[in-house]
Amino acid sequence: MEAVVLDGITKTYAGGKVLAVDNVSLTVKPGELFGLIGPDGAGKTSIFRVLTTLLQADKGSATVQGLDVVKDYQRIRQILGYMPGKFSLYQDLTVEENLHFFATLFGTTIEANYGIIREIYEQLKPFKDRRAGKLSGGMKQKLALCCALIHKPEVLFLDEPTTGVDVVSRREFWDMLARLKSMGITILVSTPYMDEASLCERIALIQAGRIMQIDAPEQIVRSYPVRLYAAKADDIYGLLKDMRENPAVESCYAFGEYLHLTMKSETADAIMALEGFARERGHTGITVKEIAPGIEDTFIRLMNQKTQ
Amino acid sequence: MKQLLVFIRKEFYHVFRDRRTLLIMFGLPVAQILLFGYALTSEVKNADIVISDQAQDANTARIISKIKSSSYFIVHEQQLAGPEIDAAFKRGRIKCVLNFPPQFGSDLRHDGKASVQIIADGSDPNTAKTLVNYLTAIMAGYQQELGGGGGAPVGIVPELRMLYNPEGNGSLNFIPGVIALIFMIVCATLTSVSVVREKELGTMEILLVSPFHPIMVLIAKAIPYLVLSLVNFTFILVLSVGFLDIAVKGSLLLLFAESTLFIITCLSVGLLISNIAASQQAAMLISMMGMMLPTLLLTGFMYPLENMPLFLQLISNLVPARWYYLIVKAVMLKGLGFGAVWKETLVLAGMTGALLSLALLKFKTRLE
Repeated sequence: MEAVVLDGITKTYAGGKVLAVDNVSLTVKPGELFGLIGPDGAGKTSIFRVLTTLLQADKGSATVQGLDVVKDYQRIRQILGYMPGKFSLYQDLTVEENLHFFATLFGTTIEANYGIIREIYEQLKPFKDRRAGKLSGGMKQKLALCCALIHKPEVLFLDEPTTGVDVVSRREFWDMLARLKSMGITILVSTPYMDEASLCERIALIQAGRIMQIDAPEQIVRSYPVRLYAAKADDIYGLLKDMRENPAVESCYAFGEYLHLTMKSETADAIMALEGFARERGHTGITVKEIAPGIEDTFIRLMNQKTQ
Repeated sequence: MKQLLVFIRKEFYHVFRDRRTLLIMFGLPVAQILLFGYALTSEVKNADIVISDQAQDANTARIISKIKSSSYFIVHEQQLAGPEIDAAFKRGRIKCVLNFPPQFGSDLRHDGKASVQIIADGSDPNTAKTLVNYLTAIMAGYQQELGGGGGAPVGIVPELRMLYNPEGNGSLNFIPGVIALIFMIVCATLTSVSVVREKELGTMEILLVSPFHPIMVLIAKAIPYLVLSLVNFTFILVLSVGFLDIAVKGSLLLLFAESTLFIITCLSVGLLISNIAASQQAAMLISMMGMMLPTLLLTGFMYPLENMPLFLQLISNLVPARWYYLIVKAVMLKGLGFGAVWKETLVLAGMTGALLSLALLKFKTRLE
């Protein structure tokens, strides 16, 4: 039995005028760490809300641990853990009070399931009498995760858990997810950060309510169909404009300190050709090299294909 | 059950850790009671009066001393000519002028009647009428004394007595209205805001996906405010008895029972609002505009309902506070029992039932 199944889920808002999720189907295997990767407004939160029984889909069906999200919603609510995107706990309650409240609400105690949250909660313990509102972003996130885990859920839904969290805390957070996965908890996580995609076992790239590709991150990267080049010059913005005028270039976009480019046709001397073109346009400090594509490159390519 | 208790405890934490909520909860009643009790009374006290006594005899001296001894007037004795009177009125320095003509005493002795001139500031007709009534009453009292001394009856002297409120204590009428107002504000507003805050925080999503029944969320939200409102009610009663000299004439138990009913009405309204409102500000605005204004205007404690156009009178029947106001007036001020207020109680109970079931039915077990 699959842990999570979405079958042709469509969700619209404002009486059908706004299409948030468009005929999405996917499955998550038991014990899998599955990522929904996409920008803001891609429909990630809507998918989460359908799966957590908070919203009803217009079309399609969905199950969690074999339970229907509409018919068996009360039973699903016993076995899922959920951390909403804007979840910020009760600011005026202390760390311990928050945890105690959510433990009781889910019909359990902190002691009963302490084993699951031990590693995370140990870091919070020195601040257990501090009000949640006075915690740092990373600490809040850890506490929220503790609260979502305290009833030992079978499936954990994390909606953008690392948004607004510093880089170090983000790293730590993903380490925690890996440990939770090793305990056998199925985890469905969404994130707008492409660099976090490689930390999932399988990912779904989602854009404008549609799934563009589902696969393991390495497979997705490997499926990139053309060679990818990175180019840099002293005037990076000028180079971007010029390269977009180059008839041999298929796509060109800024990526950190480099530009990422693909060519319309594969030629052996693409690097030389690009360098020559840049020099012709009077650029200095030119570097061009072939690079391995990342998830974000795949995402951009798929997105462009769709719009064309 | 344990879940409910922990939830209720959490709600108490919210209330006691938020200074603003505490201030609305307990500061507001004190402010309202004192404002309505002392500052905003319709009684006229310490009105400046100029007495121009051209007769200067025993009769006028006695009348003047009677006026002085009442708490209604501050007497300025001086001779004022016409233009000076006019100027003093215009500057608003005086409210009233009493003019004894030179022949006042002799007229009274020889003809058995004499006239005095009373000039009042008609730009404020209510005050003017009240002051004129006070003066006439004082004059009539003196006339009666004279008649009594001579043994001959002097016409018919009306004897007035204000039922239930012999001293004319103005705050009496306000208290039941203020209590209703405070319950509306405290229960309806605070409850709706506290539910909407969960939505804003995102914690409502967790509450909904928990095995805890959604209806229990509402119950857990309502109970703390019910308890706090009853504490508040006790507090208001103590204030009224202690500071405003109002005695609770009827059964205290009945008063508390009726108040509990009305508090539940207000809580239902608050829960209903929380279903509609998307933000705390919206919840606050809806409950303030939608609840406070009708309670102020259509309850009858500030403006008599009998004087309103028929359609407003009909609308006022829909305002729950109106019925509670009648009940409190009857029980607290007149000392009547349940037999006298069962109809009002029935109306209020009906409204509460309807509002509460609407609030519970409207509550969404999902988002949207």
